[in-house]
Amino acid sequence: MDRDLNLGEMIITRLINIAGYSAIIFVGMIFYFLLREGLPTLNEVNFGNLVSNRWYPIEAYFGILPLLGGSLVITIGATLIAVPFGIGTAVYLAEIAPRWVREILKPLVEVLAGLPSVVLGFLGMLVLAPFLRKYLQLPTGLTAFTGSLLLGGMAIPTVVSVAEDAIDAVPKSYRDASLAIGATKWQTIWRVTLPAAKSGVTTAIMLGVGRAIGETMTVMMVSGNAPVLPGGIRALFKPARTMTATIAAEMGEVATGSVHYHVLFFIGMVLFLISLLINITASFVVFRQRQRQERILS
Amino acid sequence: MTDQKGTRVRYLKQRLGFRLLSSMAILTILPIIAVVIYIVIQGAPAISREFITGFPEDGMRAGGIWPAIVGTFYLTLGTAIFSVPLGIGAAIYLSEYAPQNRFTQMIRISIINLAGIPSVVYGLFGLGLFVLFLNFGTSILAGSLTLAIMTLPVIISTAEEALRAVPQAFRTVSISVGATKWQTIRRIVLPEALPGILTGVILGLERAAGETAPILFTVAAFFLPRLPNSPLDATMALPYHLFVISTQVPGMPIKIQYGTALVLLTFVLSMNIIATVIRSRARASRQW
Amino acid sequence: MKCFRFLLPLLILVFIPACSPPETGSGTSPSESQTIENKGSDTIVNLALAWAERYQEIHPEVRISVTGGGSGTGIASLINGTVDVANASREMKPEEIESAEANGIKPVEFVIARDAIAIIVHLDNPVDKLTLGQISDIYSGKINNWKEIGGEDRPIVRLSRETNSGTHVYFLEEVVRLGEKGNQTLFSRDTLLLPSSEGISAEIRQNPNAIGYDGLGYVTEEMKVVAVAEDPEGRYVMPSAQSVNSGNYPIARNLYMYTNGEPAGVIEEYLNWIQSPPAQEIVTELGFVPIKP
Repeated sequence: MDRDLNLGEMIITRLINIAGYSAIIFVGMIFYFLLREGLPTLNEVNFGNLVSNRWYPIEAYFGILPLLGGSLVITIGATLIAVPFGIGTAVYLAEIAPRWVREILKPLVEVLAGLPSVVLGFLGMLVLAPFLRKYLQLPTGLTAFTGSLLLGGMAIPTVVSVAEDAIDAVPKSYRDASLAIGATKWQTIWRVTLPAAKSGVTTAIMLGVGRAIGETMTVMMVSGNAPVLPGGIRALFKPARTMTATIAAEMGEVATGSVHYHVLFFIGMVLFLISLLINITASFVVFRQRQRQERILS
Repeated sequence: MTDQKGTRVRYLKQRLGFRLLSSMAILTILPIIAVVIYIVIQGAPAISREFITGFPEDGMRAGGIWPAIVGTFYLTLGTAIFSVPLGIGAAIYLSEYAPQNRFTQMIRISIINLAGIPSVVYGLFGLGLFVLFLNFGTSILAGSLTLAIMTLPVIISTAEEALRAVPQAFRTVSISVGATKWQTIRRIVLPEALPGILTGVILGLERAAGETAPILFTVAAFFLPRLPNSPLDATMALPYHLFVISTQVPGMPIKIQYGTALVLLTFVLSMNIIATVIRSRARASRQW
Repeated sequence: MKCFRFLLPLLILVFIPACSPPETGSGTSPSESQTIENKGSDTIVNLALAWAERYQEIHPEVRISVTGGGSGTGIASLINGTVDVANASREMKPEEIESAEANGIKPVEFVIARDAIAIIVHLDNPVDKLTLGQISDIYSGKINNWKEIGGEDRPIVRLSRETNSGTHVYFLEEVVRLGEKGNQTLFSRDTLLLPSSEGISAEIRQNPNAIGYDGLGYVTEEMKVVAVAEDPEGRYVMPSAQSVNSGNYPIARNLYMYTNGEPAGVIEEYLNWIQSPPAQEIVTELGFVPIKP
């Protein structure tokens, strides 16, 4: 009886351990498969072609720079929107809003996180793009900017929830001390609370950026998908093609194992590495902060 | 005198600042409400019994979207079958078993990374591993597995948070009356953390139900006249169906597009609301 | 790398038992129905869908699933052996036939309808005729404003299908390159590549700067079709079933289905039906051009 129990306990513990390791295994497997299918690109496509500024796969032009550029422009635009609004909303929720407002607004922000990207893309295509074309006097409404607007909106919930947590985690004693020496609440927010939450807020911004780079369907539906290497700020108001949209639009077509297939996996690999970079940096910021806080608290 | 004026200026600045921040918050929230209301108004006229339970007709320009609803339901269910045990297991490991060392830190970094990987890259991975390498074909199985891995980080992190919130004293007492570690977890810790875990699970599945990019190459079908028979069949799914009818079918009545958007939105938002309710109930009734 | 090989079977072991088949309430069991997997060209998908629906009314025992994605997608699936019938709005390329044969697949071609490619603009656009040369210059970026071809002073926004579409390839070869072998002209870089025909229609409907091309079946009353001439001296012709079959409209092509080997059984019956008058009537209904019997 006792042995049965021990055996059961052992099996369960094993299973839990495996589940615990699963995240590492999956990240490894994803990376392995991207490498496996993506690396042949470097043999099949000469490097000059790969870093050229012409993406036209059916004629074997595999320049990924316009796609990188498109992702970059749209992400910068999205960040410019998501950061001020995300942080502003987070500060408002954490420091200013009365409790009941907070109870209503927080779930609403989470609703935004749950809106399916294809629904936003659908509305963007039907409502937002024509609207922007008319009021900004653009040749077409399907531009990087339209993508940025929607992506910025989609990144906001990520920024808000992480930043709000960070601001919330600043010990109350900091604020009390600041208020006690005569600072206003406003001054306290800017000079004490936000600086104390700096690393958490940075993490929030980075995760928001990550969300924007990775978004696929919305961008594909509203940003026009023209593979033009962006030059200057005006590129924001021209059509752009992102790496994610390229994969989504073209993967269905290619024959398994063809050069084009490998290049698309290669782009997937680039995307994976970018998100890895962002997230590892973000998580180191988190860990550092946690250690510092522990030091402060002990 | 000047000091008083300074104070007044400072408070004026504060008032203006608070105004600014609250209007930013409102500007963030309003579009969300507008989007939801707009879709409800535009989509409501399309909703009828036949629309929900009927099959697409006339090149999907008429009839209903039942196969897409069923498909999304199966996919969500399939995702749950794989991701819930694995996610909760991983959360238990992290909160109850994991030692404080570099390896555990690597697990945590991996989870953060999983959460950040673009959804279309999951699609590529699903295509590479499940559809081609393991030869599942474009199927519910391949799609569910892909979505499951994608939702894993959401489930793990919320479930872990819920488990950690259970006070240490509960565990100490249970162990001290002779229960084993697993018995303690199963009888004491898990039940206490259940609402929090449930919230995480639902939020994870909500994301799976609404995603299009990961199912593009792993499961989604443009049009299937009948419901799928086995996990190895392809299926229609709501998000992909909306993508298809809003971009690929000519002469599509706009009513059906908005109707489909509304059904998808309802599906996803009701999960969201359930999760929110469970969480706030749990918070309210917490006795520790 | 080795460790992944080792972990894979392990993971499968963990997953497989957990996967129980979801039961469906309706739908016949696979044993009594025969399935035809049909996939490919977005141009054909709506036609294929209409055929599938009508055919299943007559033959309820046959189950036809239709998927779009582009001609390349369908052909790739045929090569991979995952579909029975591939739809294509262009002929298979020699290298595709090669890789099919390498996989033990023998593609057999059927012409199932014809299609005119219409040049479409916004209803308010005053331009109503263009030569092939002008269209080529527009799409290759040599003409950038509508006033250069007799329109208003507006920038031209070029719309195209994605590169995986047979329509795109056909348009590149026959219009942008004017059908000249060795002509290496490409689409202007800033051409918007929209994932689908409906994306083009949606933009044409509301944007007076836009020009697009699409199968005649996709043209609705909310857009304007431009008459096309082969050269400036030629006659400007509107696309229609007559002008395509008489050979007067210059941008027309065949639409294809491909099977693996000579079709037999259900697939043969289906393809025979598609080429029969009742099915070809549906072709006309959807705005395509029927094949001559």
